[in-house]
Amino acid sequence: MNGGADLGGMMGFGPVVQEEDEPLFHAPWEARALGIVVALGACGQWNIDAARSAREDMHPGDYTRTPYYAIWLKAAKRLMVEKGMLTEAEIAQSVPLTPAAPIKRKLAAEDVDAMLAAGGPADRPATGTPAFAVGDQIRTINNHPTTHTRMARYARDKIGTITKVHGFHVFPDSNAQGQGEDPQWLYQVAFSARTLWGDQARADDSVTLDLWEPYLRTVS
Amino acid sequence: MTSHGHDHDGDHSHLTETEARVRALESLLSAKGYIDSAAVDRIIQTYETKIGPRNGAHVVAKSWVEPEFEAWLRRDSSAAIHSLGYHSRQGEHIEAVFNSDEVHHLVVCTLCSCYPWSVLGLPPTWYKSPPFRSRAVIDPRGVLAEFGVTLDPATRVEVHDSTAEIRYLVIPQRPAGTEGYSMEQLADLVTRNAMIGTGLARAPQVAS
Repeated sequence: MNGGADLGGMMGFGPVVQEEDEPLFHAPWEARALGIVVALGACGQWNIDAARSAREDMHPGDYTRTPYYAIWLKAAKRLMVEKGMLTEAEIAQSVPLTPAAPIKRKLAAEDVDAMLAAGGPADRPATGTPAFAVGDQIRTINNHPTTHTRMARYARDKIGTITKVHGFHVFPDSNAQGQGEDPQWLYQVAFSARTLWGDQARADDSVTLDLWEPYLRTVS
Repeated sequence: MTSHGHDHDGDHSHLTETEARVRALESLLSAKGYIDSAAVDRIIQTYETKIGPRNGAHVVAKSWVEPEFEAWLRRDSSAAIHSLGYHSRQGEHIEAVFNSDEVHHLVVCTLCSCYPWSVLGLPPTWYKSPPFRSRAVIDPRGVLAEFGVTLDPATRVEVHDSTAEIRYLVIPQRPAGTEGYSMEQLADLVTRNAMIGTGLARAPQVAS
């Protein structure tokens, strides 16, 4: 979706604000938010693409002004309501009012190390062969789906060059909607900065994006 | 209130509204049986004490002193990095990109906050913020200048927008004057920002 999260090339946010000796967490709640969201992910009720979709599906004005861990919590609450794990009344009152929904698993402290170490690889056994090879020119599609996509707006309908074939990876556009992983060939595609931004960019600068085959078309 | 690891919150009256709300949510989720606060503690501790930019600095320093490791890193970054035991969440697929006199690499995630947790830990706030995410792709040299990085005019910039599950790790150039340094000494020169591309490896301190 063309939402508040798709920020590449936007203007008006001012300089990057760095903090001297930035702490890992700025307040205890940030640490708890990280832990809660990671632990909830282990319940298995949604995938990472659905989580990203929920995070970006906010009013753009709210998205750009909300602290990142607060965005995570807001999305987690929304997903839990959608999945029947919590009701709005429970969130408002902070007490259980309905029976718990069945979950795939509850993460125990002794399983945290193994869960983090295992991660969640996104590559899948390949079927078929990639349509493009390193050096091929492609044009990105010019679609504007209202649902989750990783085809960033600033690089749509642009000609780029395949610089790497990463492998066969879960396709977020499908996975985010619970329509299955639908794995696809994933490529690194390099775009000239001039192609993306015009004459204001330096001719030899470039930007790469990692893009799935359904985002790419042959240049005729 | 849950019973684990909350010695840092002190008197309830000192909690901000956000602190209280998050604490209440955690209690609710524990009561519903979805999460265990001891697991939440363990996750936090892991990123506070075990998984951080020291991991990435080790990868960089090793690539500087061991040509075979550097070659492996160029050929199959994920396997080379995983071989050092850094194979956790948000580091499943890694692409190491090497700075040189010809090219300087800069990593961003314009769409969210994708970051190589396994080697750099959790991202700093600025990395997740709209100013960095919006400008890194359109004005990388302006962003670099704000970080105090001035490149040779002949050096081109390649920005990597982390739009998929591939995480990027910048291998900065080895600073001059570090001949004979041990891997540990070299790792001390590798800052987190140098591995994002918003910095360079530190020059060695001249002994006084």
